[in-house]
Amino acid sequence: MSKMTVEVVTPERVVYSGQAEMVIARGLQGEIGIMPNHMPLVTPLKTAPVRIKTEGDKEVKMAVSGGFMEVRGDKVTILAETAELPGDIDVERAKAAKERAEKRLAEKYAELDVKRAERALQRAMARIDVAK
Amino acid sequence: MAKGIREIRRSIKSKKDMRQITKAMKMVAAAKLRRNQDKAEAARPYADKIQEVIASIASGTSGSKHPMLQNRPVKKTGYIVITSDRGLAGGYNANILRKVVNTINEKHKSKDEYGIFVIGRKGRDFFSKRNYPLLEEVTGLPVSPAFADIKKIAGAAVQMFENEQIDELYLCYNKFQSAISQIPTVKQLLPLEAPESNNARTMNYEYEPSSEEVLADLLPKYAETLVYSALLEAKASEEGSRMTAMGNATDNATDMINRLTLSYNRARQAAITQEISEIVAGANAQA
Repeated sequence: MSKMTVEVVTPERVVYSGQAEMVIARGLQGEIGIMPNHMPLVTPLKTAPVRIKTEGDKEVKMAVSGGFMEVRGDKVTILAETAELPGDIDVERAKAAKERAEKRLAEKYAELDVKRAERALQRAMARIDVAK
Repeated sequence: MAKGIREIRRSIKSKKDMRQITKAMKMVAAAKLRRNQDKAEAARPYADKIQEVIASIASGTSGSKHPMLQNRPVKKTGYIVITSDRGLAGGYNANILRKVVNTINEKHKSKDEYGIFVIGRKGRDFFSKRNYPLLEEVTGLPVSPAFADIKKIAGAAVQMFENEQIDELYLCYNKFQSAISQIPTVKQLLPLEAPESNNARTMNYEYEPSSEEVLADLLPKYAETLVYSALLEAKASEEGSRMTAMGNATDNATDMINRLTLSYNRARQAAITQEISEIVAGANAQA
């Protein structure tokens, strides 16, 4: 099966770089699967896990937030504010963050920054999902 | 003989202690400078890529009307000023603060016309002591700041621009040129200049959901990235400036020690000579 180059870059460093058969990410309008020779595409990504299928059943998962994806020929570049591999994730912290965000959303007091709490919740859920 | 031998000896000792400290600080600064330069290097791919994509969108869709690319009448100006938390960095903070104050005095008549976002304790103290209007502050950044550390202040500045609370935004920092030369710079951040696409190989991308929405998503990110790379550069400048300042301090201490050693030796010799002449005089009197 043909392969393409995948790079995941944050402002701090290049988190992942390698060959892959397929990349699955969540765009603004739903899941997008990219395979080699996809047409050039640019799309923002939601805070969610990104799956990079490297070979056969093997895949690399990472929690990406505040990112977008650029596809060009046989190269996929994901730029994100944060991108974490399972090894980088502190599951306990993510769980605590999830509970905190859920509690905030449940309380619904007037000055609640709903968007912020929702974003925190999404980030936490993406992390937990990836770390599993 | 001006000073007693003992005072001179004590003074030499204290200069030596000082020199040891400045020497250590110089070496630490050199190490941090290296690390910050690497960090600035590592941040480049991200900024380059965003710039490339924005350039290709901007060139593909002519005359895009995103507010962040539009000049509008300026009622209020925002300044992001990057300073350090700690002193002993030569003219690092003084230079940038002087530059900012001059710019403000030139451009504005009253305090309602501008607001300051400040990074670093030195700048915060400077502005709050003089009652400048501060909009947001961040202090206590680590030596190698992460993107998340400045996301809040950069995000707030961009947000205020989007809400039209400020109509332009300037970035003030020490531009890193080399370890011995840093240039205080005031640079316009917003409205953004659409980056020029430097080569003809702009791709015809498909945008999902649409090019406007992608642009709207990317431009704030781009602005934040520019703030972050300015911060990394400023951090490198800080360490460079500190390294130079501490190098000078070490040299000066060495000079002083040499001079003091010389006068110490003179004093010692004078004392010996005097003692001998006293003994000789005593012996002569006996005879």
